Amino acid sequence: MKFLVRRVGFLLIALWSALTVNFFIPRLMPGNPAESMMAKFHGHVNPGAIKALEVAFGINNHQSLISSYFEYLNNTLHGNLGLSLSYFPIPVSTVILRALPWSLGLVGVSTILGFVIGTAIGAIAAWRRGGLLDSVLPPVFIVISAFPYFWIGLLSVWLFALTLGWFPILGGYTETATASWSFSFIGDILWHSVLPAFTILLTSIGGWILTMRNNMITVVAEDYVKMARAKGLKPRRILWHYAGRNALLPNLTGFAMSLGFVISGAILVEYVFNYPGLGFTLLQAVQNEDYPLMQSLFLLITVAVLVAIFISDIATVILDPRTRSGS
Amino acid sequence: MKPLSLVGRSLGSVYRFLRRDKKAMVGAIILFVLLVITAFPNWFTPDNPAAEIYTPGAGLSWAHPLGTTSFGQDVFSQLMAGTRQSVMIALIVGFLSTFISVAIGITAAYTGGLVDDFLSLFTDVVLVIPTFPLIIVITAYLKSASFWLMVLVLVITGWSYGARQLRVQALSLRNRDYLLAAKARGESSWYVICVELIPPMTSLIVANFLSSALYAVLTAAGLQFVGLGNINTESWGTMLYWAQNNEALSIGMPLWALAPGIAIAVLGSSFALLNYAFDEIANPALRPVTTKRSKKALA
Repeated sequence: MKFLVRRVGFLLIALWSALTVNFFIPRLMPGNPAESMMAKFHGHVNPGAIKALEVAFGINNHQSLISSYFEYLNNTLHGNLGLSLSYFPIPVSTVILRALPWSLGLVGVSTILGFVIGTAIGAIAAWRRGGLLDSVLPPVFIVISAFPYFWIGLLSVWLFALTLGWFPILGGYTETATASWSFSFIGDILWHSVLPAFTILLTSIGGWILTMRNNMITVVAEDYVKMARAKGLKPRRILWHYAGRNALLPNLTGFAMSLGFVISGAILVEYVFNYPGLGFTLLQAVQNEDYPLMQSLFLLITVAVLVAIFISDIATVILDPRTRSGS
Repeated sequence: MKPLSLVGRSLGSVYRFLRRDKKAMVGAIILFVLLVITAFPNWFTPDNPAAEIYTPGAGLSWAHPLGTTSFGQDVFSQLMAGTRQSVMIALIVGFLSTFISVAIGITAAYTGGLVDDFLSLFTDVVLVIPTFPLIIVITAYLKSASFWLMVLVLVITGWSYGARQLRVQALSLRNRDYLLAAKARGESSWYVICVELIPPMTSLIVANFLSSALYAVLTAAGLQFVGLGNINTESWGTMLYWAQNNEALSIGMPLWALAPGIAIAVLGSSFALLNYAFDEIANPALRPVTTKRSKKALA
């Protein structure tokens, strides 16, 4: 219970820090870009839009920094993120909601798949110490982990889309297709997601394999594993229920820690494939100098990562009785 | 002990380590070659990398081992000239963020109490906020990041993981007898930290340096790739930016886009391989088991 309270407290502090960083970045930059952007838009856009920008950046000449900070916090907590400049006058929240399902589908599914498959392979590699998996995989994935994520994306576009023509080059769906819940359209979406998902999977899986393998090697040497062997339990049962279960715990914490890194890679993978998710939208917002959209996306990605970390903490509590007893 | 013999001894032990560990050997050789190219780029750059004087989009030839860009620049010369920036970013960011990690991690562990609580919380918060979107936002406001700005941003976002690891190890060493003995002798905190606490942590500190260097190489390349670096300098990331913006892959110049990525991966692998080898030193359980088995067979 104490553990849970601590984690909730940490989640809140981290969320507050992200909100605060988000508020101060535009104000700390040389030349105050927020104000110069306002100056640029004065006279070009209607007063409503100016008001929206003031909301997004908490700028009001008649307000002190502190009161605009609290107005910003209040607005953000109520989901009032202002209007997007590049999709004017669509609210930022609408633009984000449009991109969100794409990222959740692509990045969410491929990250979880990568974690599950990587953990399983790592466990088996350590179990058969000195076997084929154990001697081949670590060096291969050390080298793969040194490749930039987006470059693996470029390579697979060149190889599988341009040269072999097996998969579409870019986008999340065929532009001419009409959106519907038909099998053909869903198939089209899946078809487009194969290469980006493969790229994220390939580049993230190595980390999970290596950490799980290393945890597992330590756990397999423990006395209770020897005891389980001595009792004559089936090797498969020892592998997953005795050693694997315990080696998984540090890997779950590792999952939380490296999630930010995976998300970073996914942003660039979306960019390479013009995949209409949050990362691609973020970089588009940067190119169009759409600051309200850009900052809201930073916040949203941060919140998503923090919530995912929180969920993996809860999973640790469920899987590890030691954290529940509070010792 | 004379300082010179100390240097000689440590060089000797580095050499023995490299001879024993193939992964470390490969990593060290790659890094050495890239350092030579960084120090003397002119020796390896046959043409002016910026000069747009050749047939655009030429294929492989003796004159252009990797072909030319669609602007008529020599890809091989660009690759060699770009080595310096990537290597420098890796080394400088690796050094500075390791320095901060050591300072914060050891201060937290050694001081303990409220200072530790505060520093640990701060480290954890920095650790969980996704760095890449944050870096994108910062550099977007600055239009394009110069070399030193990129170093600054990468150091600010890259120290936290190391600080956390180092704190944990320093905590486990803090109450060892030899440290308590040094304190009881009345040694100053500086002496205890620098002479008694840090030396046993060397392999973890080196591992930290290597992983921050890898982080810096990959993140800087990503930023330059999306056009947030200085697009007018020579670097592997900027090469990828120009290649992508001119659709090098679909107009039949794949080498322009693929070569810099391989170069980044070669540099990155050298850090990753050395790092892996250091992991095996710090944790003997991870060492390959094959040698043990062959010894057993002999006995």
